Amino acid sequence: MLSRTASNLFWLGRHMERAETASRLFEVGARITLLPNTAEGYRNEWESLLRASASSQLYKGKYAEVNEENMEKFMIFDRDHQGSVASCMYNARESGRIVRTALTSRVWDALNVAWQELRAMDPGQEDAADLADMVARHASTVHGAIDGTQLRNDGFHFMKLGYALERADSTARVLDVKYFVLLPRVEFVGSGLDSYQWQVILRALSAHRSFHWAYGDDVSAGRVAHFLILNGEAPRSLTTSVHEALWHLDALVRRYGDDVPHTARDRARGLVDRLGALSIEDIFDEGLHEFLTDFIIEIGQIANCVQTDYFYGRG
Amino acid sequence: MYYNEMFNGDDVREAYASLSDWVDKMPADFRQMKQAEAEALFRRIGITFAVYGEGGDPDRLIPFDMMPRVFTQAEWRRLERGIKQRAKALNAFLADVYSRGEIVRAGRIPARLVYQNAAYEKAAVGFRPPRGVYSHIIGVDLVRTGRDDFFVLEDNCRTPSGVSYMLENREIMMRMFPELFRGNRIEPVDGYPELLRRTLESVAPKKCQGRPRVVILTPGHYNSAYYEHSFLANLMGVELVEGADLFVEGEFAYIRTTEGPKRVDVIYRRVDDAFIDPLTFRRDSMLGVPGLMDVYRSGGVSICSSPGAGVADDKAIYTFVPEMVRFYLGEEPILKNVDTWTLWEDDDYRYVMDNLEELVVKEVHGSGGYGMLVGPRSSKAEIAEFRKLIEANPHNYIAQPTLSLSTCPTFVEDGIAPRHVDLRPYCLCGERIELVPGGLTRVALKEGSLVVNSSQGGGVKDTWVLSE
Repeated sequence: MLSRTASNLFWLGRHMERAETASRLFEVGARITLLPNTAEGYRNEWESLLRASASSQLYKGKYAEVNEENMEKFMIFDRDHQGSVASCMYNARESGRIVRTALTSRVWDALNVAWQELRAMDPGQEDAADLADMVARHASTVHGAIDGTQLRNDGFHFMKLGYALERADSTARVLDVKYFVLLPRVEFVGSGLDSYQWQVILRALSAHRSFHWAYGDDVSAGRVAHFLILNGEAPRSLTTSVHEALWHLDALVRRYGDDVPHTARDRARGLVDRLGALSIEDIFDEGLHEFLTDFIIEIGQIANCVQTDYFYGRG
Repeated sequence: MYYNEMFNGDDVREAYASLSDWVDKMPADFRQMKQAEAEALFRRIGITFAVYGEGGDPDRLIPFDMMPRVFTQAEWRRLERGIKQRAKALNAFLADVYSRGEIVRAGRIPARLVYQNAAYEKAAVGFRPPRGVYSHIIGVDLVRTGRDDFFVLEDNCRTPSGVSYMLENREIMMRMFPELFRGNRIEPVDGYPELLRRTLESVAPKKCQGRPRVVILTPGHYNSAYYEHSFLANLMGVELVEGADLFVEGEFAYIRTTEGPKRVDVIYRRVDDAFIDPLTFRRDSMLGVPGLMDVYRSGGVSICSSPGAGVADDKAIYTFVPEMVRFYLGEEPILKNVDTWTLWEDDDYRYVMDNLEELVVKEVHGSGGYGMLVGPRSSKAEIAEFRKLIEANPHNYIAQPTLSLSTCPTFVEDGIAPRHVDLRPYCLCGERIELVPGGLTRVALKEGSLVVNSSQGGGVKDTWVLSE
């Protein structure tokens, strides 16, 4: 497969996943504004969102005030903002258009319809929950079309690999930013955070229901962190995401043979092994923020290795 | 009077005998329904045509007319012979002017027109591409003025586009009106991609080992013909690549793949000469593949069409094509050229300037129906304005008589009416010279208009060749 084709498929996966994360974060932000809150209140929530996407600079350059109306424009519709839902969906569709012959018509249809529908909408037209539902619905349609119709060849694995790495990255970021921003003082780390805030993290990752199935009612920092980091059944946990990435990288190595470089696979395997040996206590002892920072860097490194192994294409 | 391809007075001509019934029996609402269905099909497939600089909807459709254009087997055979003859002569001309230049030495074509031509490529001199073929896909634009009168308007020897419409128009007609195809014996055109692939494989360089790897080189997905490029790549089962996907190492060219570099043997390029190799053509260009021309010249890769092939389809060279047929093949040309006046010659200049209101004047390097004057359809003011342009730079223009383009019945608002058409068949030159029976028929949808370009309100039709 052409390196450029593989790269586009990989980024198609990443951008679709990123669009969904962005809309989910926005929904959670909007939800918090509905509740009575501390003195700094929801502003704090929006700020944390901006930090999560590393985009406060850009935001402050374009918008005077931090409020829901502006945040909706910024997070959902703003094409100058690379992390907005509109930018991600546009990029996903554009990647799809470039490699259209590598996609089934169902996948292309799903990508195209998602973008056309979003493009036809204006800010302020739908409430946050409906927007997030719409984005999630389209993301699921694209997912479903990929799983249901694509040939299980290398192109498929590149798409799914993009999804998996992006998911690992975004779960880690959400966890990190919430944790970091919401805890005012360092001695709070690892204890006594308001359980509502943890609920919010779960909701941001569409995981609040599954958390309760898996762990019962008691929402505590340790349990949520365990669920989102180490639980191999939680669909967005770091462990699950890295396992999935490894699964697709293994499939590529099986397909291409040992002659094609496989540093990404080796690195992902190393990460899976390290995660498997950790307990949640180890992580808290090390410091959650430090752990997550290292993890995000490692995911970036694996993505770089994918790039050099497969997308450069020059022996 | 224009030649009407369907009717001779009140009589229906042989080619259209069975269609006439079909049209007569078709209720108006059914026709509108089918037209809407056709449009929806085109959109779903995504076959659209972006016209640069026109604004509006970038995903605009070329209007599709459901009334087919029909040739009998006998008519087609003659056309086919004429086109093959012309293709052979054009390639012989290219082989000649990039080696000894016999036709120039014999005084049949002025040296200036060849060697000072902007499309003449010095980097191609002295190298003979596989099988001596320079132009592998030749789109010959034809118009008809009478039962047996076909004229060549121009030859397209570089990278003629539009063949995807030929294929899609047929596909859509077959989907919408299967009964028409059951009742008529219509020659299929869907062998084209396979034929094209075989043609390209047949010109692989000698150094190629095993089955040649063919790729299509596109300027990218922002190009207006990108759809066609990916469509062909898909049907031919070859990779569609951009310049950055290719690189040169040693004496070969490679594509970058997920499994490392893979050698490429034949590049069907849909980019201009200038964007093949920045080292040879444009040092300031970010496009193209550095070193590709060296590999080409040392026989490591074939480039189709060959760099420099454009000198054969230049409007100034066009007037000499019948001469080429006589010179290289020793035959009389089967297809006629349109009389052409070249404004850089004094006699021609005088004649043209005295008769502007009757002539069509075109820019030598223009295309797409822009920068031209259709005398009989222009106002006095328009003619006066164009006259000034010509005076400023006579070298830039040629003139031709206004041809009475044939008409073909076309669906319009209230039923069917005659509209002017042209035809572009695609001739493939490799080990053999071949055509699929058909081509792209363009139709001027505006009443009375003679301009069929899609950028100027033209549409397309399915083109049938009846088998015996």
